[in-house]
Amino acid sequence: MKILVAVKRVVDFNVKVRVKADQSGVDLANVKMSMNPFDEIAIEEAVRLKEAGIATEVVVISAGPTQCQETLRTALAIGADRAILAETDAELQPLAVAKILKAVCEKEQPQLLIMGKQAIDDDSNQTGQMAAALLGWPQATFASKLTVANGEATVIREVDGGLETIALTLPAVVTTDLRLNEPRYATLPNIMKAKKKPLDVQPVAAMGIDVAPRLKTLKVTEPPKRSGGIKVADVAALVAKLKNEAKVI
Amino acid sequence: MTALVIAEHDNQSLKAATLNTVTAALACSSEVDVLVVGNAAEAVAQAAAQITGVRKVILVEADFLADQLSEPVAEQIVVLAAAYEHVLAPSTAHGKNVMPRVAAKLDVAQLTDIIKVVSTDTFERPIYAGSAIATVQTADAKKVITVRTTGFNPAAATGGAGAVEKQAAQAGAGKSRFVSRELTKSDRPELTAAKIIVSGGRGLGSGENFKKVLEPLADKLNAAIGASRAAVDAGFVTNDYQVGQTGKIVAPQLYIAVGISGAIQHLAGMKDSKVIVAINKDPDAPIFEVADYGLVGDLFEAVPELVKAL
Repeated sequence: MKILVAVKRVVDFNVKVRVKADQSGVDLANVKMSMNPFDEIAIEEAVRLKEAGIATEVVVISAGPTQCQETLRTALAIGADRAILAETDAELQPLAVAKILKAVCEKEQPQLLIMGKQAIDDDSNQTGQMAAALLGWPQATFASKLTVANGEATVIREVDGGLETIALTLPAVVTTDLRLNEPRYATLPNIMKAKKKPLDVQPVAAMGIDVAPRLKTLKVTEPPKRSGGIKVADVAALVAKLKNEAKVI
Repeated sequence: MTALVIAEHDNQSLKAATLNTVTAALACSSEVDVLVVGNAAEAVAQAAAQITGVRKVILVEADFLADQLSEPVAEQIVVLAAAYEHVLAPSTAHGKNVMPRVAAKLDVAQLTDIIKVVSTDTFERPIYAGSAIATVQTADAKKVITVRTTGFNPAAATGGAGAVEKQAAQAGAGKSRFVSRELTKSDRPELTAAKIIVSGGRGLGSGENFKKVLEPLADKLNAAIGASRAAVDAGFVTNDYQVGQTGKIVAPQLYIAVGISGAIQHLAGMKDSKVIVAINKDPDAPIFEVADYGLVGDLFEAVPELVKAL
């Protein structure tokens, strides 16, 4: 069974992003970029399925500029077998990425497409569901446990009231939540090995897919700041403030 | 053109998130219909018809819709969407699961987590865990939207007199199958609808302490209980407690953060609360930067003392 894992290159989760003064976006100059943390969980899960003898090959894909090769090398160092870069300098929105993934799935014929439930930059939480819809595949979002057997993926999902278990007929799309696994650190020998693994660059322009953005960002602004409050000396002072000043209890 | 709101429900009762979504829909269009997809959900449809501002309720029922799996639910919405310009669902686990599927089938972009309707095609939404707010305009004729409920006041649950119209379900159960559900049973208010939330973090040290320290306070205030990601990852409580960028987004009247340091991912989920109280032993914890009232001290002493003083 082949697994395709989609990964996105995003601003590192430790970076405190700043809005540009001209409100055109956030400042990405000289900012550390990393793999979207949810996608790291997706790679880890695929590699574990391979180590368990369930998957035979783990292919990783990213869509974006040439720098995404770094992200793909990270995935290869975690244990993916080969990588595909759908290369473009154009802005890609979730629907466009889903269309690219559909085209790649039709060619690669994986039984599972796994990715993070959302990217921590645009917080969209759409691409997996959209790819599933376009492919006509079933989906399980927000996965906290994944078991594959007998042509089915059984997934425990994190939902608002607790947990839900559903079974999907393969091929299927799974998007990962935080508690699915704890991704390993890539070891130095594996990072060296990853450099020699195949990485196939395919220009998006040659795929014949309409990736034009549908959403136009008119401006990006700072959220309203909370004015810093005060420190109270003790519990009695806190209760007095809540009762008399804030009047919330 | 009319707007369609996808009701959040469990076949028995209509969830409060639907009310905020109706308000967002009314900002897009003066005519708002509600769609209830489920099974034996007549009571939900009746409740939705009472919401002020709702023109009519469409009820689609079938056995294979009982568990609201994404595939068959999306199919129902896609067909009905033909008559609407805006299709909106609350940004709940269900809304986020289904709406991108709907958008892709309609070949339109989806707008996630809108917090403001600027005009019928332009919306505000947070990005980078709420570190920035983007104003985005869609070029698509049909707008598929999920609504961050804290961005909109709830519509009045009564006062409306919409008609309920039953429509036949589109066939097709899809290729997913419901197996089981394990929901946390609690008599406390729902986290996303509570007026007061008591939330705990890693500072509580264990699941046992989490219960022992926070429950009496929550009982006293009739509050919901929340948690930081650190507390959930450490196994103190289950995932449905998590408040933050990837958990639940809340904006209660009063949010009491106990033993929570205040990572940006947590702040993203609660910084729109009206009043924030932080209790933490580290005076430099980032949570104090957003707290209206900060108490530096040992939570194991301060919280029981607070319970006594209330």
